[in-house]
Amino acid sequence: MNFDDTPQEAAFRETARKWVEANAPKELHAELSKSSLGRIKLANHDIVDVGKAWQKKKFEGNWACLHWPKEYGGRDATPIEKVIWQQEEGVYGKLTQPFQIGEGMCGPTVMAWGSEDAKRRHLPKLASGEEIWCQLFSEPSAGSDVAGLRTRAEKKGDNWVVNGQKIWTSGAHYSDYGLLIARTDPNVPKHKGLTMFFLDMKSPGVEVRPIRQANGMQEFNEVYFTDVVIPDSQRLGAVGEGWSVSLTTLMNERMSIGSRLATGVPELFEFCSNLMLEDGLAIDDPAVRSKLASWAVKSSGLKYTSYRAISALSKGERPGPENSIGKLVSGMMLQDIATYAMDLQGAAGALTGTDEETVQGQFQQMLLSSPSMRIAGGTDEILRNIIAERVLGLPGDIRVDKDVPYNKIPTKGR
Amino acid sequence: MNFDFSDDQKQLRDQARKFLAEKCSPKAVRIVLDGKAPYDKELWKGLAEMGFLGVAIPEEFGGAGAGHLELCVIAEEMGRANAPVPFSSTVYLAAEALLIAGSDAQKKKWLPAISSGEAIGTLALFEGKGNPSAKNVTLAAANGVLNGVKKPVADGAIADFAVVAARTGSSGRDGDISLFLVGLKAGGVEVKSLTNLDPTRGQAEITFKDAKAEPLGAAGEGWSILTQVLDRAAVLCAFEQVGGSDRALEMGRDYALDRIAFGRQIGSFQAVKHMLADMYVSATLARSNSYYGAWALSTNAGELPEAAAAARISATQAFQHCAKNNIQVHGGMGFTWEFDCHMYYRRANAMALGLGSLTYWEDQLIDRMRKKNAA
Repeated sequence: MNFDDTPQEAAFRETARKWVEANAPKELHAELSKSSLGRIKLANHDIVDVGKAWQKKKFEGNWACLHWPKEYGGRDATPIEKVIWQQEEGVYGKLTQPFQIGEGMCGPTVMAWGSEDAKRRHLPKLASGEEIWCQLFSEPSAGSDVAGLRTRAEKKGDNWVVNGQKIWTSGAHYSDYGLLIARTDPNVPKHKGLTMFFLDMKSPGVEVRPIRQANGMQEFNEVYFTDVVIPDSQRLGAVGEGWSVSLTTLMNERMSIGSRLATGVPELFEFCSNLMLEDGLAIDDPAVRSKLASWAVKSSGLKYTSYRAISALSKGERPGPENSIGKLVSGMMLQDIATYAMDLQGAAGALTGTDEETVQGQFQQMLLSSPSMRIAGGTDEILRNIIAERVLGLPGDIRVDKDVPYNKIPTKGR
Repeated sequence: MNFDFSDDQKQLRDQARKFLAEKCSPKAVRIVLDGKAPYDKELWKGLAEMGFLGVAIPEEFGGAGAGHLELCVIAEEMGRANAPVPFSSTVYLAAEALLIAGSDAQKKKWLPAISSGEAIGTLALFEGKGNPSAKNVTLAAANGVLNGVKKPVADGAIADFAVVAARTGSSGRDGDISLFLVGLKAGGVEVKSLTNLDPTRGQAEITFKDAKAEPLGAAGEGWSILTQVLDRAAVLCAFEQVGGSDRALEMGRDYALDRIAFGRQIGSFQAVKHMLADMYVSATLARSNSYYGAWALSTNAGELPEAAAAARISATQAFQHCAKNNIQVHGGMGFTWEFDCHMYYRRANAMALGLGSLTYWEDQLIDRMRKKNAA
């Protein structure tokens, strides 16, 4: 049991470190080092512009999408090398935010299901940051039950015509391409009538509208499709095979090992170390210490769970669904910690101003944003189902709509 | 990074699991649970023969000289099997105290006897209600004899010797405390069994009346040695708790697969699935924290105090959580004496207190994190 690199890993780390040292945009280091939840905002730059510049530099240095095959713009790196790269890229990794869906989900799907022509045309551009991709899966009436989606694609000659609406699409407003799952046959059970496509987001009939979220921010979009034409050559997988294709995408979503999720513990620790209560510092209060300790061990538990996953990767093992616990634990923690930090402030905890009393309102913002952490990328409930079914081997849910043609499934509760 | 046990250590774990499955079935545990024996003597002998008792004791003192990572994997299996033997008192507390502070002669006297299963040892620290604290130690040591009462003392009624925390000064500081080694079968020692939550691990009250004692470690160093012993024992106990958590989770999972209600396996209801998923989450966090503790323990890292407290808290919470919800998954059957659920529930809640309660360790963790942040 040790935390040391193997000689090969150490050599790889050294190469990566030197490259980052020589090439990273150091002027952004301080700003990127500040802890932040959700979208990254830079004072004087657009994240997409600086992100594209960093991605291009990485591509030219052969560090972009490094776990992809060389022929498609990667460097054939092993999973553990990818983790080492992420560790060395450090805070600059935040600049890759606009490309994460493309690199982590859309790219792998094109790689697994696309034609050779599609792979050669798009994957290197995804890697270089020239093309940004988004993922068009969720719909207003198809969230956790994404197979219940309604967006229709109908075959007209060599093309498909798409009508419908997607929601919760990150980055749709600056994306060049989108990965779209649509219903091509409503007369068969829901999982069987789906087909996957990719499309140019500038196609006529595509309309992107920002969503104003519960926390007051606008990070996600709705995307409307009105008679949007997609050539059949942009279909991924067979007609009706869309569900299997989507599993490739979603599986990749959960593979992001080693990316550490925010828990709120360091922020709360610092806050309690400085907050004066009636009888002294908050951190000297036994009740506060007890809460803080319980959260601290969850946070360290997540950290060492990811170390165990990295060790498994290092031995060439594939990480499995057990890694679902990261988001499940950290999402709930953020919300609970925010609530508690405000509780300690009494009535003033409700203030969201930028004065020192509220520590720039960080916990208030955490409170308002944390519900999304428990929903996006698999709700807490879906994650618990995954653990129960795929780790513990419990039975799947009984699906009353499994064998019912899609167009016979009820669409309203009452 | 290799944040995992080695193949040899995993093999040792398999070997221990197989051995315990054979020699320490729930039926065997129940003999002690039902008060028909104070502990499982046959199992204790077998553990000695397997070399498990002295796995972390150096060869020159009759042990296997393997190390603490090896002891961690065995501890996990002891917890999984709910073994009714004085393993933690003897191996995590008494032997560790001797390894840290014992003179050569003391080590030579006791460690080989521990390895061979001939001597059972324990730590006599508590004096009634309260958590580990130098202030709570009133038992007096003077002129080579002890006077006072210790309770509860884990496995005190079956132990051959005890490491006893005693007061040798009155400055009000930790330096007032010294440790002593006392043979419990000698004169001046009175032992009384106490009933407790977990009858598979006995508790006792020990009264010392001019009992002969020899110092263990330097005078006034007692509290500092004890702190180290408790940290080391916290990691080792955490592995027992992780083993117990996993077993309780498995029992719940297996029952949820077998039991039919409303025409379906109860494990197909989300209320049950999610309860089991949450048990898995807490057991996984505890395991990961314990691995870090194992690393710190085996390397004597400066991180040990913080790592030990984190492992202790995480594993205590996980075992309590898994044992409690295992009963819940079992429904009414889980509340019968006949089903084994309550054995883990008892063990989980007794273990949560043995080295000091959750509150105590939470307090310790925050102190230690602050110390680190300040450094």
